[in-house]
Amino acid sequence: MRTNGPLALVFHAIFVTFMLAPIVVVCLVAFTPEGFLSLPTNGLSLRWFRAIANYPEFVHAFWISLGLGMLSSFVALLFAVPVALAIARYRFRGRDAVVALFLSPLMIPHVVLGIAFLRFFTSIGIGGSFAALLVAHVIVVFPFALRLTLAATTGMDRSIEMAAVSLGAGGWTLFRRVTLPLILPGVVSGWALAFIQSFDDLTMTVFLAAPGTETLPVRMFLYIQDNIDPLVTSVSASVIAITMTALILLDRFYGLDRVLAGKSDPGR
Amino acid sequence: MSAAVDTAALASAAPQDERAARAPWLLSAPALLLFLGVLVIPLAMTVMLSFHDWGQYKGIEPVFTLKNWQEIATDPYYAEMFLRTFRIALLATLITAVFGAPEAYILNRMSGRWKGLFLLLILGPLLISVVARTLGWALLFGGNNGLVNKLLISLGLISTPLPFMFTETGIVIALAHVMMPFMVLSVWVALQRVDPQIENAAMSLGAGAFTIIRRIVLPQIIPGVLSGAIIVFSLSASAFATPAIIGGRRLKVAATLAYDEFLNTLNWPLGAAVAVLLLLALALIVVGSNALIERRYAEVFR
Repeated sequence: MRTNGPLALVFHAIFVTFMLAPIVVVCLVAFTPEGFLSLPTNGLSLRWFRAIANYPEFVHAFWISLGLGMLSSFVALLFAVPVALAIARYRFRGRDAVVALFLSPLMIPHVVLGIAFLRFFTSIGIGGSFAALLVAHVIVVFPFALRLTLAATTGMDRSIEMAAVSLGAGGWTLFRRVTLPLILPGVVSGWALAFIQSFDDLTMTVFLAAPGTETLPVRMFLYIQDNIDPLVTSVSASVIAITMTALILLDRFYGLDRVLAGKSDPGR
Repeated sequence: MSAAVDTAALASAAPQDERAARAPWLLSAPALLLFLGVLVIPLAMTVMLSFHDWGQYKGIEPVFTLKNWQEIATDPYYAEMFLRTFRIALLATLITAVFGAPEAYILNRMSGRWKGLFLLLILGPLLISVVARTLGWALLFGGNNGLVNKLLISLGLISTPLPFMFTETGIVIALAHVMMPFMVLSVWVALQRVDPQIENAAMSLGAGAFTIIRRIVLPQIIPGVLSGAIIVFSLSASAFATPAIIGGRRLKVAATLAYDEFLNTLNWPLGAAVAVLLLLALALIVVGSNALIERRYAEVFR
């Protein structure tokens, strides 16, 4: 009973094909030697990857996305680690409400967030700036940073801290030398997951980005709206490669199912 | 757990008790201020914006009016658009449930190494850019001689090419693909709580494969399917990239319409009203179905 029958394996094969087909197609078309969209039937070519360099908008958008992702997930963790310690260690009135507030960006549609941020940042006069994008991304990736940090702080062995306290450590030293190293795997995974979320976000960012602060997904989306050619497939293939690298690292480091299980049920 | 013990221990000393009451608030204060300033206030401003007036030449006028809400309520265009949004979301949810749940069950019965590999392959796309994944579907659908049509014709399923681009069918298929990992994951998590010995026990008592699935497996994974369905539905109803790329400029859903009002027509108050209505509708649906599920399956969730 514990093994899959032939019918189940056929279903499984079709299912996996369905899941991978669009991603594989994008990566294949990116290697076409032709000047139009086609599967590379006669030979592979890197011409469309080289073409990215001649299209400075994509290169610039990539650096914006990279900087935004790294910075916003770092800032989110600066705010999230103390919150995770508070939630894991104290039972206080309003604790559930605090948790709900901090996880709420998961439940509010990103289109609503985009509109709210656009309205807010325009009215205080920093609409379209990198600073506005940064603050918005910190809010959106915060739940992801918090969840994995919270898992680490909840599962932490407190007796090691007690031992450090009994040896005279306190305050900042206790945090820097004992607590932080213990929760570091969770913190780093939270950073990586937050980075991927920021790096991939389109729906909210498309409202906030202006020419000059367009992120890579926004640039790709606007490009696709006009026309689809092999150039955008080679850009997509590069993005897929970057995400895959982060993904494999995350899987090795922390376990993908644990990372994603945290992501799937925002209610808890 | 340890925290509960801590607070009990701390309760014995009065000054420490006071410190313990203040500490969590001090630790969360920076994040609370950030969320208040940059999330709660902007959301409140958006709700207010939906009650403001707008004109082609005068722009946004901060007066109180129900104009936008009346327009949405009376113009059949908006009713049709919201109906399309929720129809697409419902169909995508059904597809993910019908195919995702059996796949999670099959995955769960694989041996360790294969299980890990296929979990990575199936859940991994969740973290790959939605734009890239949707672009893949645009390539697969691509006009009359797209790969999907070629495959369907060579299998003898259809004789003439079906239109996928710029149709609801295309949006539903691509959305189902984008959301599938959430469903597989949700059912997979539910399966982890099932004791495999129960299936063996049923078999030793003479139950057939079909009976085991219907009487043993299905009742235990239904809560997983339902919570997955809530996630998939709410994300599908507010999806932007997939309907915008596959649906083109004319086939509008709530998110793409709001985008148009904000960045093309520049009628922000009307766009804000559409967005607030989407948020309210989704909140009602999610809270309502959560309550239903929890009442129906109270014993499973405990």
